[in-house]
Amino acid sequence: MAFPNLRDIAPIDEVGVKERASRYQKRSLKGETKLSALRLALTMLDVTTLEGKDSVGKVKQMCRKALSPMASDPTIGPAAAVCVYPSLVKIAKNEVAGSKVKVASVATAFPSGQSRLRERLGEIKYAVSEGADEIDMVISRGKFLAGDYRGLYDEVAKCKEACGEAHLKVILETGELETLDNVRIASEISMSAGADFIKTSTGKIAPAATLPVTLVMLQAIADYHERTGIMVGMKPAGGISDAKLALQYLVMVKELLGKKWLSNKWFRFGASSLTNDLLMQLEKQRTGLYQGGDYFSKD
Amino acid sequence: MYDFINGDEYAPAPESTSELNVKEQYGLFIHGEWCDAEGKKTFDTIDPSNQKVLSKVALASSNDVDKAVAAARSAYNGEWGQMSGSDRGKYLYRISRLIQERSREFAVLETMDGGKPIRESRDIDLPLVAAHFFYYAGWADKLDYAFPGKQKVSSVGVVGQVIPWNFPLMMAAWKIAPALACGNTVILKPAETTSLTALLLAEVIAEAGVPAGVVNIVTGAGDTGRAIVEHPDIDKIAFTGSTCVGKQILKAVAGTEKTYTLELGGKAAHVIMDDAAIDQAVEGIVNGIFFNQGNVCCAGSRLLVQEGVAEKVIKKLKKRMESLIVGNPLDKNTDIGAINSKEQLNTIKRMVKSATKEGAEVWQPEGNVPRKGNYFPPTLILDCAQSHTVVQQEIFGPVLTIQTFRTVNEAIEKANNTEYGLSGGVWSDKGAKVFKLTDQINAGIMWANTYNAFDPASPFGGFKESGIGCEGGLHGLYPYVKLNG
Repeated sequence: MAFPNLRDIAPIDEVGVKERASRYQKRSLKGETKLSALRLALTMLDVTTLEGKDSVGKVKQMCRKALSPMASDPTIGPAAAVCVYPSLVKIAKNEVAGSKVKVASVATAFPSGQSRLRERLGEIKYAVSEGADEIDMVISRGKFLAGDYRGLYDEVAKCKEACGEAHLKVILETGELETLDNVRIASEISMSAGADFIKTSTGKIAPAATLPVTLVMLQAIADYHERTGIMVGMKPAGGISDAKLALQYLVMVKELLGKKWLSNKWFRFGASSLTNDLLMQLEKQRTGLYQGGDYFSKD
Repeated sequence: MYDFINGDEYAPAPESTSELNVKEQYGLFIHGEWCDAEGKKTFDTIDPSNQKVLSKVALASSNDVDKAVAAARSAYNGEWGQMSGSDRGKYLYRISRLIQERSREFAVLETMDGGKPIRESRDIDLPLVAAHFFYYAGWADKLDYAFPGKQKVSSVGVVGQVIPWNFPLMMAAWKIAPALACGNTVILKPAETTSLTALLLAEVIAEAGVPAGVVNIVTGAGDTGRAIVEHPDIDKIAFTGSTCVGKQILKAVAGTEKTYTLELGGKAAHVIMDDAAIDQAVEGIVNGIFFNQGNVCCAGSRLLVQEGVAEKVIKKLKKRMESLIVGNPLDKNTDIGAINSKEQLNTIKRMVKSATKEGAEVWQPEGNVPRKGNYFPPTLILDCAQSHTVVQQEIFGPVLTIQTFRTVNEAIEKANNTEYGLSGGVWSDKGAKVFKLTDQINAGIMWANTYNAFDPASPFGGFKESGIGCEGGLHGLYPYVKLNG
């Protein structure tokens, strides 16, 4: 798609967005609805570790968790993907080989993006060559805030090209964009430049994903789909650690974008501690008994 | 069926009614005591979501009203009339806290008797009711400093208050709180179809230890209301309801020494400029007309949308309306509950039919509206002209008329082309435009980039046939005091 016409983008009223987002929190999921939503959420996880101390052992164990979140029940999960640094892609790829679980890699000088474009593109190519199915790139927030929207568009388009067959998730790092108007504009630019997914945050900056920010991005996705017929995926990341909140996100997706988006092809949670809370709530729903943390494996 | 991915509905999530004890029969609350009406007459109050009888309520005769007025007069001449403002404030604070403590009980009862969704009675009505008492509790000891200059402030006396069925408890709070803060005593008549929460409020008022006779609740229909309005020993009438009844009240008090405030109907224009935050404006439109099933005097019932964005706004609005859940008011997921009475439901149906007859297009989202109970789906009326009945008359239901305009001046002209002047809304990203519109639309309450936002500190009242006088805020004290009297 061509560079978007920014004059067509309606302004955002922050107070209104917050009010709207809070309405989704008032939905009350019970019984079968809750159970099926929890199961769905468990298949939408990008189980993530992005730390300097990540090691082969850590990544291997995390991959096992992604493959079967609850060893006693193989109908649960698997997660959508594991998300790691480029140097650990090959390890992860081997671990999940033969399963539906994808390997996602952050790239482009994650989390700041402050490097030459050539190096950032090189990093994407490296991760893809190691076996990454999906690339989570960061946008140049400095460039964006300085008003160089066309420059940003070109960068995203080049990253998309460098991805080849791999899917591209574009991290806006909404915590640094500060206004919801900026979130909306960055979403439009990223989608037009070829993003398969737009993603809120790196998880390294607070605030990370919030319901209002996700609402604005989902609205951008809905309008883009309306205009072009192209479906773009959404990934809120960071700060979603309990099941209740995760379900509120799903309600938002369902009521705003519709059932078509309710699969891990179009919606992901970037999270690490969410998995076990989802499992705990699932068990509570199935057995009627509240669960303790030690009944679930922490990998 | 309730599968999250494929299901069209969420599993039922009903609010528990176990905390609530609905009595088989309610009496009149006069002089701090519960009593039967003359001849033990009663009438039924129903749950509009299923047409079942909830309870029986005493039907007050004019003799019962006499008793209530006598009780209010003796309380006024006695302890309450002499009480200091700070002591009156203590009672009001106590009422506010008791309402907060029992808010779930109030919310469930309000929803059962009135039909509004529990989400609204729990999250909007009840917090506002408590806030209203808190707010006026704060004024009780500051009346000497509330008005410009050094004026002598005294109370009015015995006040007769008649309220409608759309916000039963909130209207009771809007009436009782400022009246008591200023040192008056009260006879309040709730609407015939929604007496129960006012009666529960009477319980709370008794529990708070408010002296006997300060607040009297008499239940009944039009005749009971008339007996209050025409009573010679009442000093002031406060009424919220239809413009038609408001006019009758004005005639009845003409030539007497009674003072009065009337808060009547509305036909608010909700103006969407082409530079508005469209997605949030759509939400504002939904909130403006579908809040409380559209049974709101200040509802944004006439949408005026600038031609450049009309198509986009209508498309988004339709999509949003498809996600609105109409159904059991006690279900926590319900967005639009039941219409309070069959009578009102029929009025809405009649009005919508008139729109089709007059050549407008009626649109309703597909989806399930329960067959039993007083339900009406959210409705748009497209291709409206200013001359259509639905554009000119108040519908008082979840029905929105849509007209387009080209310029700011045209929007102002259309917005003002109505007999009403209660409220209005404006959506624009440009401050100058917002101020021009809010300044020139002739309505008592104007919202900019929001709608149906209420606060006890903000005055509420209408121009033209929407009423006389204000409630809420400092302005809401004026009707309940005599200055330099």
